[in-house]
Amino acid sequence: MINLTIDNQKVAVEPGTTILEAAKNTGAKIPTLCYLKDINVVGACRICLVEVEGAKTFIPSCVTPVAEGMVVRTNTPAVIKARKLVLELILSDHPMECLTCLRNQNCELQDLAREFGITEVRFDGAKSEYPIDDSSPAITRDPRKCILCRRCISVCTNVQTVTALCAENRGFETLIAPAFNEKLANMECVQCGQCTLVCPTGAIVERDDTAKVWAAIADPKKHVVVQTAPATRVQLGEALGAEPGSIVTGQMVAGLRRLGFDKVFDTDFAADLTIMEEGNELLQRITTGGTLPMITSCSPGWIKFCEHFYPDLLDNLSTCKSPQQMFGPLVKTYYAQKEGIDPADIYCVSIMPCTAKKYECQRPEMNSSGYQDVDVSLTTRELGRMFRQAGLDVTNLPDEKYDEPLGISTGAGEIFGASGGVMEAALRTVYEVVTGETLENIDFEVCRGITGVKEATVQVGDLSVKVAITNGLGNARKVLDKVRSGEADYHFIEVMACPGGCIGGGGSPIPTNTEVRLKRIEATYTEDERMTLRKSHENPAIIALYDEFLGKPLGHKSHELLHTKYTPRGVNK
Amino acid sequence: MVECSCNTSNEELAKQLDKIIDPYRDKPSGLIQVLTKAQNLVGYLPKWAQVQVAEGLGVSLQDVYGVITFYAFFSLIPRGRHKISVCAGTACYVKGTKMVTKALRDLLDLRPGQTTPDSRFTLEIVRCIGACGLAPAMIIDGKDVHGRLEPELIPELLEQYE
Ligand code: SF4
Ligand code: SF4
Ligand code: SF4
Ligand code: FES
Repeated sequence: MINLTIDNQKVAVEPGTTILEAAKNTGAKIPTLCYLKDINVVGACRICLVEVEGAKTFIPSCVTPVAEGMVVRTNTPAVIKARKLVLELILSDHPMECLTCLRNQNCELQDLAREFGITEVRFDGAKSEYPIDDSSPAITRDPRKCILCRRCISVCTNVQTVTALCAENRGFETLIAPAFNEKLANMECVQCGQCTLVCPTGAIVERDDTAKVWAAIADPKKHVVVQTAPATRVQLGEALGAEPGSIVTGQMVAGLRRLGFDKVFDTDFAADLTIMEEGNELLQRITTGGTLPMITSCSPGWIKFCEHFYPDLLDNLSTCKSPQQMFGPLVKTYYAQKEGIDPADIYCVSIMPCTAKKYECQRPEMNSSGYQDVDVSLTTRELGRMFRQAGLDVTNLPDEKYDEPLGISTGAGEIFGASGGVMEAALRTVYEVVTGETLENIDFEVCRGITGVKEATVQVGDLSVKVAITNGLGNARKVLDKVRSGEADYHFIEVMACPGGCIGGGGSPIPTNTEVRLKRIEATYTEDERMTLRKSHENPAIIALYDEFLGKPLGHKSHELLHTKYTPRGVNK
Repeated sequence: MVECSCNTSNEELAKQLDKIIDPYRDKPSGLIQVLTKAQNLVGYLPKWAQVQVAEGLGVSLQDVYGVITFYAFFSLIPRGRHKISVCAGTACYVKGTKMVTKALRDLLDLRPGQTTPDSRFTLEIVRCIGACGLAPAMIIDGKDVHGRLEPELIPELLEQYE
């Protein structure tokens, strides 16, 4: 242990601990902007300066390890003055458009300006002028608001291994952007939105599509239906001020009705349907010698990643659409017929923890109903914004239930939101389909948790099913490289683009970090346990759907509406 | 016109670049060495060469471009025979950096970061060159300082650079 003194308090910490982390033991809060634990430790912004006895200058605490006998002061007048100077220098090249910024009231830079009581900026230097890049259907970049902290680069390069962004040029000309300042839409960017979660400011944000939804609701001709992704009910509360881990399922449903949606349905229903199709696809591949391992296809960021970086593995992808995209065509065919509504008048909105879903619903092949199947996809953050605009105190509304039939779901659909959930849901169903027996213990603990790569062998009748589960694209790479080299002999792999799975998706409330992710995961399994039905094949609405409309899993209609094809894209194209 | 002649020789250059890359294939740590050699081969680092290096070393184009734009030594544009560096230090800026760049634009249709089609001049803007007393000033080929510039003087002083 290393012993040191921070603000006159004795502290003992492991060797290698930074001053910043050590100071947390004393209760002193050192401000940070570029620092992101384990992800971005670069010492770029200098807001975390502290005084160290014997040092000639102030020391950036986030990158400086502790030393034996060190005497640190975190909040002397001189330190505070220096930090204020750093902040003013950052602000001197900042547009200060808080009132019209998506991150207003949820911005680390704004928070610091408030905490430091900045009322004027004494430097009047040149301001960087860059155009906004709104080429992407999911992510909008406004480099004028960028403070060059490089968190987005770290997450995109090290966590997601996409590397769509770099720091270009030097000094005042530094710009965080794709090479040649290319538009994001033309890049290998997989639209995962992880950069929007880590950006301390409004320099990278989701595309805000709330205006489209308000317009649809206002249009009397439109029958506006909404579907809510599994993860949204364990996230939305945070966007409205509740603690991480709050479950707001019933309140969200009530709130959506009050916003004016004609029907409030559940993507969990479509998740159950996904299990019916995907489970049967897996069995078919195993019994007929199809391409194995089969890899899940629920995560559109992952799909785009595979198309760019592993086009040789596209045959391994399940042909199943994501739950969002299974739901869309069903609303505009099955539901439209059942209710006698012209599908041209149906407007389908989805609420997703995901930015890539905005991209997915606009893919040209996603119109198997004859219309764009899902008209617009909003992130959890945008829904939070709509509720605020409407003045709805959603977390205090009475619980309401989803509409039938596309709102009926099971615990299996619910756990899609957590890493390992799709695998667990599939195993619950595949086991019973194959063996004809009732599964005694339906909790597959091996599938759960936030570990980057999980592996297991599950006995299903005579068959030993080898599975792998990954979350975060960097972790996916590890498993995919083994598949590519022939070293791995899995039957089934679950890949989720975002760390922790959808509950940590790029459209989640900010902040989203490991601690918050774990709370949302816990809430997800609590929801699962609360459900009376916890296996997809027991969902009565799914059974009715096959009876009345689809026929059987992998049948002709399923192929037409619920399955899809992929496009090899490559890199640097 | 310029492009056509480039493209034919590009194929040949690409082959030679592949030879440069070969010992570093899938070794990201060789990036700076390969880029240095690539620039010596091509004269500058066009996008096609950057893509080739990125794919050869198994890194992203973003990794390559970030390095190239960080080090002044690397160039994204073909270099002319002569480099004009116009000073934009405070003194020069106040006394007429803009006037100088405008004169060059009028005269040669040349903007900062560009090279003339006849490869005679490349123009860049630089931070203070330490000739504040001569403001506004520029340096040609990194050695000849020309100060107290006025638009009328520029054509004549450029004549000595062929
Ligand atoms: S990024 Fe933050 S500080 Fe900048 S305009 Fe937006 S809210 Fe204000
Ligand atoms: S959306 Fe994902 S892939 Fe695209 S730049 Fe952001 S982190 Fe990288
Ligand atoms: S875009 Fe955001 S995360 Fe990226 S460097 Fe700029 S401020 Fe940091
Ligand atoms: S937080 Fe330490 S340098 Fe930015």
